[in-house]
Amino acid sequence: MAEKLTLAEKLWRDHLVVKGEDGAPDLIYIDLHLIHEVTSPQAFDGLRLEGRDIRRRDLTIATEDHNTPTKDIHLPIAEPTSAKQVQALRDNTEEYGVRIHSLGDKNQGIVHVVGPQLGLTMPGITVVCGDSHTSTHGAFGALAMGIGTSEVEHVLATQTLPLAPFKTMAINVEGSLRPGVSAKDIILAIIAKIGTGGGQGYVLEYRGSAIRELSMEGRMTICNMSIEAGARAGMVAPDQITFDYLKGRPHAPEGKDWDEAMEYWKTLQTDEGAEFDKEIYIDADELDPFVTWGTNPGQGVSLLGEVPSPDSFDLASDQESAEKALQYMDLVPGTKMKDIRVDTVFLGSCTNSRIEDLRAAANLVKGKKLAEGLTMMVVPGSQKVRIEAESEGLDKIFKDFGAEWRFAGCSACLGMNPDKVGEFKRAASTSNRNFVGRQGKNARTHLVSPVVAAATAIRGTLSAPSDLED
Amino acid sequence: MEKISNFNGVGVPFRYSNVDTDQIIPAIYLKRIAKTGYEDGLFSTLRQDPDFVLNQPEYKNAQVLVAGSDFGTGSSREHAVWALRDYGFKAVFSPKFADIFRSNCGKQGVIAGVISNADTVKLWEKMESEPGIELEVDLPSQVVRCGELEINFDIDEYTKWRLSEGLDDIGITLQNEDKIEEFESRRAAWRPKTLPVKGD
Repeated sequence: MAEKLTLAEKLWRDHLVVKGEDGAPDLIYIDLHLIHEVTSPQAFDGLRLEGRDIRRRDLTIATEDHNTPTKDIHLPIAEPTSAKQVQALRDNTEEYGVRIHSLGDKNQGIVHVVGPQLGLTMPGITVVCGDSHTSTHGAFGALAMGIGTSEVEHVLATQTLPLAPFKTMAINVEGSLRPGVSAKDIILAIIAKIGTGGGQGYVLEYRGSAIRELSMEGRMTICNMSIEAGARAGMVAPDQITFDYLKGRPHAPEGKDWDEAMEYWKTLQTDEGAEFDKEIYIDADELDPFVTWGTNPGQGVSLLGEVPSPDSFDLASDQESAEKALQYMDLVPGTKMKDIRVDTVFLGSCTNSRIEDLRAAANLVKGKKLAEGLTMMVVPGSQKVRIEAESEGLDKIFKDFGAEWRFAGCSACLGMNPDKVGEFKRAASTSNRNFVGRQGKNARTHLVSPVVAAATAIRGTLSAPSDLED
Repeated sequence: MEKISNFNGVGVPFRYSNVDTDQIIPAIYLKRIAKTGYEDGLFSTLRQDPDFVLNQPEYKNAQVLVAGSDFGTGSSREHAVWALRDYGFKAVFSPKFADIFRSNCGKQGVIAGVISNADTVKLWEKMESEPGIELEVDLPSQVVRCGELEINFDIDEYTKWRLSEGLDDIGITLQNEDKIEEFESRRAAWRPKTLPVKGD
């Protein structure tokens, strides 16, 4: 009888070029290499210094996202260091013949939105990018992980990576989400449960009825934040929802290739009886909207709850980190989460900037007005998403509401481009990291889902969609 | 890469846990395109505090960082390792490292050694009682010594071998070029290709 394997182990087996011996890592083939301007310049320099070429430019694609402005994109990039970094990517991709989608191009956008929308991300492949949120692509049943710049250079030169095998963890999410609860709440609850280091050394596989019911956008949101639990990769087995999403996209297989792929893709599930190194369980029926109160994504709580007291943690290190977080966030233990007033709302990032996210938020804010004193920015994940949203009139809904409607990019998720949360300002943000200074110096971030972001924008305090019914 | 065996260097008691790479080097320093010169970005927010440990004269020439658990979490930025390296650090010890950070260390000749929570505290206390004391990092025997303390650290065998030999990963992989070619010759036609460009 054949060996029982998990999904991750099957992909590992099918990409093994050389089995490592005597403690050496395995050499794994990479099907798709995504590149952006921040983590690639030194890799291209490395190639140049060694006189090496790119092995498979036909498996490589670049886009500009981290540094790019999201308004006045017809003007040259104002900030000189950003302009220089983007120019370096343009020069490097031209010199080495790599496909690039630059600012202004309709396929430009956040690298983890662009790959799936082009149909390049598909089940059964390995995907890497010099960006920790590469785990997003695992939503298709791909093995996808973030890598460092030296590894970017390694993949450019060899189309492979030496990797030590991972352990596997099943995250079983059974039941059905209640209205107003979404994929973002599932992943925030998972991270709060296992901690920011809980997934370290593991590939996570999200399973169970609540995951099967999610759209591809929802699955991408969950896999995206696997890294926030310390895991390098997270994945969902492909099913009809995956195949339907992929079919007909520009680079999806066609005809005979599609049939052959489907035959393989249908085998991409964890075998009955295969053992995970670890399993955890989440009850979807019980989940509330989830928000963070602290300065790492594991410091989260139900939106119905309150700011915890540092004493409520068992470990001294957790108590200390909670104390520091509360000080930075300017929060007092016992405060009801729903009483926290925000200054700004950010709807965007590789976690939540896809068309479904925008639709869900637009549906709530339609015909309403942004709360007094708040600002809101809506940043589609790619130009394609922006165009699609505009064809549905979502831009008008957001603008009428009082939000700014922007061009695609990483935007206020990280302080690398003009979009930042102001100093000592408080943001409800659909992004993935609430680290100290992440959204700007002394900016205070609460991570939320798109619908919580929308409800918060309407009410001015952290709010669930159900609060709008009162 | 330089070969590493034994070295002595001033140790820093870095009493922080859950230090993400945004704390090690904020995004603003990621806009450069050079491979060196990142020392000014290292812990730049924390360094604004005059009481911060690295601002104390005893730790001026620090080479060994002893940190709390979950060091290097978050963003994959290799700049975090470049900043540590450029500042002069040759080794970091912690009870737990984030995967990508640890892997990045191995590529840049920085030792990321795992020690127990209890040993971390012992080292902190020793270094705080004698600020500026040197630690001896002995890679071949995987031991860090500080005064009377002798503490074993974990590092995977392969990374240890590469660091000891100063080997370049790409060079090692290219010894298997024939196997890569063989693998590519069996790659299914349905697998993704970015070129030629399809769609509009």
